[in-house]
Amino acid sequence: MEAFARLDAIAVPMSVPNVDTDQIIPARFLRKPRKDGFGQYLFNDLRFDDAGKEHPHFVLNEHAYRGARVIVADKNFGCGSSREHAVYALWDWGFRAAIAPSFGDIFYGNSLKNGFLPIVLSAEEVASLLTQLRARPGAHIVVDLARQEVIGPDGKPHPFEIDAFRRDCLLQGVDELDFTLGFRAEIEGFEKRQAEEVGWI
Amino acid sequence: MAAPRTLFEKIWDRHVVHQREDGHTLLYVDRHLIHDGSRRAFEVLGERGLRVRRPDRTFGTPDHYVPTTSRSMDGVDDPDRRLMVESVTKNAREHGVTVFGLDDPRQGIIHVVGPEQGLTLPGMTLVCGDSHTSTHGALGALAFGIGASEVAHVLATQTLWQRRPKTMRISVEGRLGPGIGGKDVILAIIAKIGAAGAVGHAIEYAGSAIRTLSMEGRLTVCNMSIEAGGRAGMIAPDETTFAYVEGRPFAPKGAAWEKALAFWRTLPSDPEARFDREVALDGAEIAPMVTWGTSPENAAPITGRVPDPAGIDDAERRTAMLKALDYMGLEPGTAISGIPVQRVFIGSCTNSRIEDLRLAARVAKGRKVAASVHAMVVPGSGLIKREAESEGLDRIFKDAGFEWREAGCSMCVGMNGDLVAAGDRCASTSNRNFQGRQGKGARTHLVSPAMAAAAAVTGHFTDVRSLLQG
Ligand code: SF4
Repeated sequence: MEAFARLDAIAVPMSVPNVDTDQIIPARFLRKPRKDGFGQYLFNDLRFDDAGKEHPHFVLNEHAYRGARVIVADKNFGCGSSREHAVYALWDWGFRAAIAPSFGDIFYGNSLKNGFLPIVLSAEEVASLLTQLRARPGAHIVVDLARQEVIGPDGKPHPFEIDAFRRDCLLQGVDELDFTLGFRAEIEGFEKRQAEEVGWI
Repeated sequence: MAAPRTLFEKIWDRHVVHQREDGHTLLYVDRHLIHDGSRRAFEVLGERGLRVRRPDRTFGTPDHYVPTTSRSMDGVDDPDRRLMVESVTKNAREHGVTVFGLDDPRQGIIHVVGPEQGLTLPGMTLVCGDSHTSTHGALGALAFGIGASEVAHVLATQTLWQRRPKTMRISVEGRLGPGIGGKDVILAIIAKIGAAGAVGHAIEYAGSAIRTLSMEGRLTVCNMSIEAGGRAGMIAPDETTFAYVEGRPFAPKGAAWEKALAFWRTLPSDPEARFDREVALDGAEIAPMVTWGTSPENAAPITGRVPDPAGIDDAERRTAMLKALDYMGLEPGTAISGIPVQRVFIGSCTNSRIEDLRLAARVAKGRKVAASVHAMVVPGSGLIKREAESEGLDRIFKDAGFEWREAGCSMCVGMNGDLVAAGDRCASTSNRNFQGRQGKGARTHLVSPAMAAAAAVTGHFTDVRSLLQG
């Protein structure tokens, strides 16, 4: 996993609620191999029309947002299907963080496991960021994970919460699976106890 | 005396392997279910040279990518699709995991197969790399969906790092009206609390209307917990649960059954237990529900009308609603009863169990699918298909003009090629009406199996209660 570095990057405003993972990446692309990358399919059906032409008004197609690394969205971003490909697609496109008033639970967890940072800010803070980003397309947002702070285009800091364990894993690029393998003895102990108590599973 | 606890807390507490001070819990996973979307997780395992820790606790079946017109992959030209289906069997074999393959009558949608085989038991922790794992909570298990990295983590360690979610009780009291089932109940719940209404919470469904639901109805309710944003959904185990579980292939037998039963009876929430949130609905008021938009929260009773965005004060919500109606091709104020449909899909992990098929068949019996409609029934498992055929349900459907297919996810998500054409309107018993879910430009309306059958035979949404009279 890649360590999360401080970001100072173009942010894309996406002011619709309940952006689900079917929209982030439609189901028909999930069978593609991971190594080919999923960025090309990000928001595929919103980005392109039936003839495969870009919709000029879809926000990611606007010239000002090329090279964006942060996405600012409305509530419940990433709801729906558990497909981790939603994170792969955002990541492969170049995004490293998303800011929203709330996220789909599974998407939130998947993000952290892939070095992608989901940031929860209040609905008012997100609304203010969205307004600024729409007023000045291509404006930058700073994401500082070590200080747990987002700085808007207007220079205003917005502190955010993230649990310390996840933060440290992200900052150091440490993988959870390696960490857990160190708990082997405790897992074995649990299994022994369980076999005595509930032998029927 | 110990402090009163909820069903959720009792299960959670028993599965803690390690508790960190910062709230992270290493939780033991009793049962892990896999399917044909689990390929990536096995890749991760392979990249690290790891093995499946508990193949005896891991079971799987291909469901998302399988054809429903035959039991052979021969007709499938797409190599990526073939690989998805074949890899689950191959990976399982390499790791000693039991998989019900395409040639096995036990194959089906994983969330149908788990309970059917007795793999899902009360008091368990159960996970699967699929968001509708919440389904299994209907048996009084703590069951939730996970992503591919987590699937790899469970395969390798049989554990997961979790933070304890908050608890929420949704009580539905009163008697459900005739023709009203689990699907209408959960759609009414989501319409009330919203698609993000239960984010961060484990839901317990309670109340007399829930307790009187059959196991099938309960599975439908818990299935759509994720559509309400919930981490998990569960129902306290009771006599209905025990009667359902008893005698299933992987359920405990003999003395082990007695011991399990005694333990399961201790699981229901203590009367004094407190939930972080409480929501109540009146079951008697619930009508057959139909969604009109592109979020499951966009649900209305069949007696209602498509809402008018002009009546919404919040600008963002108004825009979202306008977009949804534009996608769905609906005018505000249109009566829902009477909206014509071109496709009907009866199936998915929400509504493809034997009782669902019986309810739909009751409506279809002696009637004909409207000439303008293409309707299909896709049983949730090979065993359900057999059972339905032994009851003659397949004949009822076929005589009425429905297609009768093999088990799989099918048109719920269309990954196997069963798609709804752009612009077509589908009455679907599945769980998601997202844009493009059933195909690009497809317009999905979520309904119960009885309502889907009613739409099929009349050509438009119809209050099924009017067809069930007499
Ligand atoms: S039936 Fe639909 S919702 Fe259920 S597991 Fe299959 S694709 Fe997912």
